[in-house]
Amino acid sequence: MTAALHAKTPAPGGALAVETVGMTMRFGGFTALDDVSIRIAPGTLHALLGENGAGKSTLVKCMMGFYHASSGQLMVAGREAPVADPRQAHALGLGMVYQHFTLVPSLTAAENLVISREDAPRVIDWRRETAALEEFMARMPFRVPLGQPVSALAAGEKQKLEILKQLYLGRRFLILDEPTSVLTPDEADEVLGHVKALCSAGEITVLMITHKFREVTAFADDVSVLRRGRLVGQGRVADLSHARMAAMMMGEATLPAPAARHGTPGEVVLAVEGAVAPDRSGLKEISVDDLKVRAGEIVGIAGISGNGQMEFMEMLTGQRALISGGMQVNGTPYHATRGEQRRLAIRTLPEEPLRNACAPRMSVAENIAFRSFDAKGAGGKGAPSSFWLNRRQMRKRGEALVAGFKVRTTSVDAPIAALSGGNVQRAVLARELSGDVDLLIISNPCFGLDFAAVSEIRTRIMAARNAGTAVLLMSEDLDEILELSDRVLVMSEGRIVYEVPAAEADIPTLGSHMGGHHMGGHA
Amino acid sequence: MSTDIGAWAVPVAILGGAIRVSTPFLFVSLGEVLTERSGRINLGLEGTLVFGAMSGYAVAYLSGSAWLGVLAAALAGTLFGLLHGLICSLPKVNDIAVGISLMLLGTGLAFFFGTAFVQPVAPHLPSIPLGWWSDIPQLQAALRVNVLFLIGIVLALLLAWMLKTTRVGLILRVVGDSTDAARAMGLRPNLIRIAATATGGAFAGVGGAYLSLFYPGSWSEGISSGQGLMAVALVIFARWDPIKAFWAALLFGGAGALGPALQSVGIAKGYYLYYAAPYVLTLGVLIATSSPNRATTGAPGELSITK
Repeated sequence: MTAALHAKTPAPGGALAVETVGMTMRFGGFTALDDVSIRIAPGTLHALLGENGAGKSTLVKCMMGFYHASSGQLMVAGREAPVADPRQAHALGLGMVYQHFTLVPSLTAAENLVISREDAPRVIDWRRETAALEEFMARMPFRVPLGQPVSALAAGEKQKLEILKQLYLGRRFLILDEPTSVLTPDEADEVLGHVKALCSAGEITVLMITHKFREVTAFADDVSVLRRGRLVGQGRVADLSHARMAAMMMGEATLPAPAARHGTPGEVVLAVEGAVAPDRSGLKEISVDDLKVRAGEIVGIAGISGNGQMEFMEMLTGQRALISGGMQVNGTPYHATRGEQRRLAIRTLPEEPLRNACAPRMSVAENIAFRSFDAKGAGGKGAPSSFWLNRRQMRKRGEALVAGFKVRTTSVDAPIAALSGGNVQRAVLARELSGDVDLLIISNPCFGLDFAAVSEIRTRIMAARNAGTAVLLMSEDLDEILELSDRVLVMSEGRIVYEVPAAEADIPTLGSHMGGHHMGGHA
Repeated sequence: MSTDIGAWAVPVAILGGAIRVSTPFLFVSLGEVLTERSGRINLGLEGTLVFGAMSGYAVAYLSGSAWLGVLAAALAGTLFGLLHGLICSLPKVNDIAVGISLMLLGTGLAFFFGTAFVQPVAPHLPSIPLGWWSDIPQLQAALRVNVLFLIGIVLALLLAWMLKTTRVGLILRVVGDSTDAARAMGLRPNLIRIAATATGGAFAGVGGAYLSLFYPGSWSEGISSGQGLMAVALVIFARWDPIKAFWAALLFGGAGALGPALQSVGIAKGYYLYYAAPYVLTLGVLIATSSPNRATTGAPGELSITK
């Protein structure tokens, strides 16, 4: 009926002005949010910066009615607006796009949109709905294919669909929670460009939670910075430098200097020759022609995410079968089996360790024991295998490593899935970095960790290198690559396209290779 | 009695057999499609089928009406589905384990209450002679189509339409694919799953009534040869699609009719081997549609086997 049309046309007035006044949230004795007042002018893109645990999520959850603020209030369009639950927030025209997709994967884009509407009809007249959706899409600055199941869409398209869904539902104030965390830089720029255009056109107001300064500078009008639950800085983006924003975010804390580097590279430990495997889509190939990592050096592989690093990591960890070619470690063929990894002292830290390197429901102690539970002693090189589990020793070892790597957990008996992302990362690193390690293969080791943890983990990696471990480091963080590596390689479109000693690397050249502008003979 | 139609007897017998044998497959698999689309697996449908066969036969005998028997079977199936749905809504309950125990409970109860009905003869369900245009008796026999088979076809179409174009259908798919998304929409996944499992149970109960009230057409402890379990495999083969489930049921029915069909033309060698055709087909289908690298396409995301 007309209700369907009503839901799609933004109510007159377009973008909403939203303001928090003295928003405070206490959880027991802990103050997560302390007297935060932010005004978001209509039609602007407002960035909310802050480290993990700074109170950004708490603030937006209070605004959306997931939490009830201990004190303070929300003003919408200049009027006091009590929000008891998300439904009320929706009714006011507030909407939120979560960090992880909330679309239903097997439904098509059109089905997702229609069913998200509260007044979805009992029997859906698809011809009319499709026409209405096409008409809606035509008014939008970007579009997504309506007839395909969401699972077939790329991450960028899913994110666009999430935003479109909010607009379709008539929301005029959007909270975007790290909207680009799952996107490639190109996709991120495209999506944020469209969001910015919608703001400028006066259709919506946006509050965007982010970590990335670049996005703030490129797209946001204003910025607010939270630290430990307090609003510590605010201003127009045009007036602020990256350094100033970083200083606000981190406070007085200074980063420890990178760990010292000593010793010279020794023998070749890892040699990859002509290794070919299918990529995620199965349509293209990942092909690493010649890669060598020597003892006592860190080889960094830089690249924009989605250019084959994940697949290469899976080849090295045994999660992806090779079509041709091979890998050698210390001169012996390596097929990434557990036995070989133990014999050759190879350790790996894949990305998303909870999914790729843990049994989520097993305890922290058990997860830490994965490398050594069936070996006598600490499970080092050549340790004889043992039939019986030594629970006491597993626990003791777990406790020692949890303490040593500052893993925050209620106990070593807690399931590892209950830990926060950073702590899972630390627990897996504790497992992988203990004992003798000849070859360490790591991917994005500091992803999602706070500054202190980052420098600690980098120090540990450098210490391993100095002790003679060969390290292969894949990271999307170019600064991390440049800080740690002895040699830098660039991976683009499934191939190694560039190599340079770290001392001679310059960012513009690396960047152009990462972007796919290779000067060599690679297509 | 029979005209000699030579080797044609085999395909005609398979066709007739497919239609006759496929009906319970069809009902059970449609019920299972419904249940699995909501994100639960009900392995107990074999028990529901047998109990449906017994209760349908008993009520038909006592009331003198085959249709009342079908109704009773549907009701019994609903109760079994409801039980499964409710138990699985408790925290930390595994739907597969509950399904297996309900399967045993269903067959056990059916045998217990059914001993009194092994001897009596209940009225049969009517069938429609769709082969009137032919004067070949074998073809006429093959095309004696039971009303329930036709109802099954209508139900398959209805179910496909429902999943695609109604709010209930979309909600069912949302719940089956992503509990989080369903919760975010303000839906109550457990309630929807209980309803879907109960309805699925009713379908399976009707499938059972077909067994005892039409083909083979009497109640005995050996009435089911595992149709309830094979239907679950069939759902995977049909990719959770009601229309494909219909064709798959026909295929399985045809395979089940292979043995008798060959026997009717005098091929008795390897007789038991042909009777194993549906089971071999189940195995073959599962192997052929499996893949070591990816999850089954079209599988509802919340199914415990695909998670």
